[in-house]
Amino acid sequence: MNRYPIWKYLLILIVVALGFLYAAPNLYKPDPAVQISGQSSAMEIGESVLEEAQEALDEAGIEYFGGEVGEKAVLLRLDSVEDQLPAKRVIQESLGHSDYVVALNLASTTPEWLADLGASPMKLGLDLAGGVHFLMEVDTATIVRTNMEGYVQDVKAKLRAADARYRSVQLEDDREIVARFRTGELRNKAVSTMRKEFPELQITEAGRGDNLEVRATLSEQEVKQLEDYAVTQNLTTLRNRVNELGVAEPIVQRQGRNRIVVELPGVQDTAEAKRIIGKTANLEYRMEARPDTLVTNKEYFEYRNEQQRQAYGGAWLERKVIIKGDRVTNARVGYDESGLPQVNITLDARGGELMHRATWKNVGRRMGTLFIESRFEPETVVDDQGNETVVQKRTDVKKIISLATVQSALGRQFRITGLDSAAEAQELALLLRAGALAAPMYFVEERVIGPSLGADNIQVGVKSVQIGLLAVLVFMLLFYRVFGLAANIALAVNLVLLVAVMSILGATLTLPGIAGIVLTVGMAVDANVLIFSRIREELRNGMPPQTAISAGFDNAYSTIVDANITTLIVAVILYAIGSGPVQGFAVTLSIGILTSMFSAIMGTRALINLFYGGRRVQKLWI
Amino acid sequence: MSETKVEDGKITEYMGKRVFSFMRWRKLAAALSILAIVASIAALAMNGLKFGLDFTGGTQVEVGYEIAPQIEEVRGQLVDAGYEGATVVRFGSDNELLIKLPPEVTEKQTQTSARDEDATQSIGDKVVTVLRQNSDGDVDLRRVEVVGPQIGEELRDDGGLGMLFALAVVMGYVALRFQYKFSIGAVAALIHDVILVLGFFALLQLDFDLTVLAAVLAVIGYSLNDTIVVADRIRENFRKVRKAESEEIIDISLSQTLGRTLMTSLTTLLVLFALQFFGGELIHNFSLALVVGVLVGTYSSIYVSANILMALGITKEDLMPPVKEGAELEEMP
Repeated sequence: MNRYPIWKYLLILIVVALGFLYAAPNLYKPDPAVQISGQSSAMEIGESVLEEAQEALDEAGIEYFGGEVGEKAVLLRLDSVEDQLPAKRVIQESLGHSDYVVALNLASTTPEWLADLGASPMKLGLDLAGGVHFLMEVDTATIVRTNMEGYVQDVKAKLRAADARYRSVQLEDDREIVARFRTGELRNKAVSTMRKEFPELQITEAGRGDNLEVRATLSEQEVKQLEDYAVTQNLTTLRNRVNELGVAEPIVQRQGRNRIVVELPGVQDTAEAKRIIGKTANLEYRMEARPDTLVTNKEYFEYRNEQQRQAYGGAWLERKVIIKGDRVTNARVGYDESGLPQVNITLDARGGELMHRATWKNVGRRMGTLFIESRFEPETVVDDQGNETVVQKRTDVKKIISLATVQSALGRQFRITGLDSAAEAQELALLLRAGALAAPMYFVEERVIGPSLGADNIQVGVKSVQIGLLAVLVFMLLFYRVFGLAANIALAVNLVLLVAVMSILGATLTLPGIAGIVLTVGMAVDANVLIFSRIREELRNGMPPQTAISAGFDNAYSTIVDANITTLIVAVILYAIGSGPVQGFAVTLSIGILTSMFSAIMGTRALINLFYGGRRVQKLWI
Repeated sequence: MSETKVEDGKITEYMGKRVFSFMRWRKLAAALSILAIVASIAALAMNGLKFGLDFTGGTQVEVGYEIAPQIEEVRGQLVDAGYEGATVVRFGSDNELLIKLPPEVTEKQTQTSARDEDATQSIGDKVVTVLRQNSDGDVDLRRVEVVGPQIGEELRDDGGLGMLFALAVVMGYVALRFQYKFSIGAVAALIHDVILVLGFFALLQLDFDLTVLAAVLAVIGYSLNDTIVVADRIRENFRKVRKAESEEIIDISLSQTLGRTLMTSLTTLLVLFALQFFGGELIHNFSLALVVGVLVGTYSSIYVSANILMALGITKEDLMPPVKEGAELEEMP
């Protein structure tokens, strides 16, 4: 009795082997490295870039090894972390700032055969790796308001056109349009006009006497769509801006209804990061200069697009800016009646007015859209005490992304046609949107973890896992002897499995996550304690050893499952309600519960069966 | 096989194992628990929880000095630099300081639009620059946290809700797997533990931050684990042991599980002490909450949930296997 069929041993062996395999990459310490990528994703980064960077490092006397040319980036490994910043500086200086982004990175040292199996180490959270974390709140109320302000203008225009004379059209509480009329007849006319022209508005009638009202609001669903749009738009813009920062693995993610999380591992200069994230208006609309415009009133710009630049070079635009990117609320690809691609642009109310004023007497002229990219170049400044500090100097590069003839007076909504392909329209819309934040944002949370604290956190985390584990191992061995040994092996396997599952899932390890692992170590032996005390009990009742083992495992089983499921419920709730640190803890706790059920029940049983199974046993060492 | 020893009409040994008469002290334990709960609630009502930055919002900067500084001097330097009302405390070691800045700083940072110049300044850099100018050794910026007040409020609500939700789900699960009297006992034990841990934090005015909230929820999980194991054995014994009073059956069950209860508490406490002493300042309160929770949870699984079962008058009939009920129903015309 107490023998497992061979397939069960095999199953356990396979699981444990896989566990070791997928946990293994965590043993390989990553190399400090610098990563070179192109400013735009279309850029080819090849051997020549690598060679240039290597030359720059040779010249500066910085040790490096293992240059790799990847698909989109070049990676150079360095000997020490201290070399990273200087290396970044010399490479950036040698390659120039306009085309390349040089970022600090950690290069994986996982052997290739492991990487080929899809094994990779756990990601380290900011509290372990160091870096900055921002939580941005998108001011969605503003976008609803600007949108409604735009509607007020449009409603007025349509009512005038339909000859429905109103006393006033106003915005109330930032979200309700109220139009007032003297007579019921006018009001009826207004209602039918508005229903026809603005089907998305919910229209109600109110008021009496000669103060009759039509009230119009956006439905809850429309409002939500607007908010969603604003958040997604800001998200895209943020992603583009974060790319400018040249951070190796940034996270830009939506959180909840109107928040965005930005995590930049390894970044220490928060002021710089915040400046880039918060900046706005990198679009400008200007009229093309007339041939007779004075040189002092015009500027020459190149096309941004390579093909257009080769075909036309550039164009002279007026110095006067009609509107900037912050007035653009939306830009979408559409198709005209004959199926040709176009870009539909929506401005906010003020933008619409300005655009109208600038274009109504300029029909037939061309209007250009400038895209502005800011580059930050480090500059060494020497202060009066002779200390050298590196400051980031900003330069703006402006290029034309569109130059189109004004067909008629433009308002809040207009379109750019005459585009060659859907792809071109797509790119133009993206650039137009990238220029603006759809709604203002606030930094509602900011956390910076210095690299020294991150390293300290890893150290204390590892130390407490080691000491906790050792204490439990000794304790179990003293108390349950042979069985304790089996439990200890299972516990060690449990840790390996926990790490492996976290690595496979790509979970992020944080300090509270390590605390979760430590707690799991303490609680994982609970299942074994339950089983062993049952076995002892059965032995005391005079059961023969083999039967006692079997009865002990069987009787404890349902208790273990019940106890673990309830704990798992709590861990899942923790994950659902928690954020950041709480989630990290919940993840390790839940995975730990699951792996410990496997290792403590099946694993221990297999070991005990190996020790005692199918033999004549007089006495159990328990 | 001598199964049961009886002295003075009481079972003193069952299946070769000593039976402790836990329930003899149940009135005393109940009084003790009620007293502890009242004291905790009083501490919560009078002192309140000292919510940490996560919940209140605010700005704090952790800095590391090369040469241990004088707290008073640092505070003076900050006041001179315009941070009126900054508080400075040591954090972990003599060389590390935690600086809490006044609420105006947070407001400025979190309530101006991201386009604004004010919002983009890095508060940590500014503070470190001030401190560096006044220190002989280097000052290292270790950590900056700026949390807007709106975030804290939401977290408090979510945390409270989460705790209630966890209790409700657990109550449902236990009622389903066991019986409603058990679920009342289990949840009473959990509430008991949570209140005591919160009371402990209120009494000593320890910082209650997100990690401590996680610890409190983990305590719910742990204590539940304990309670379920005991409940499982009580159910088993009610079905198995004949001719015994409810009180005796509970005593037997508690005695049988006592070894396991203590062992698991001990191993868990061992690792928690490892966290407490070696885990660093950031999770100090987290492990403290868990230590208190495990101690209280161990006690409550013995005395609170079993006590409630007694008070609710648990009987054999309550624990007849549910299969029978179904069978009876089927037989009905």
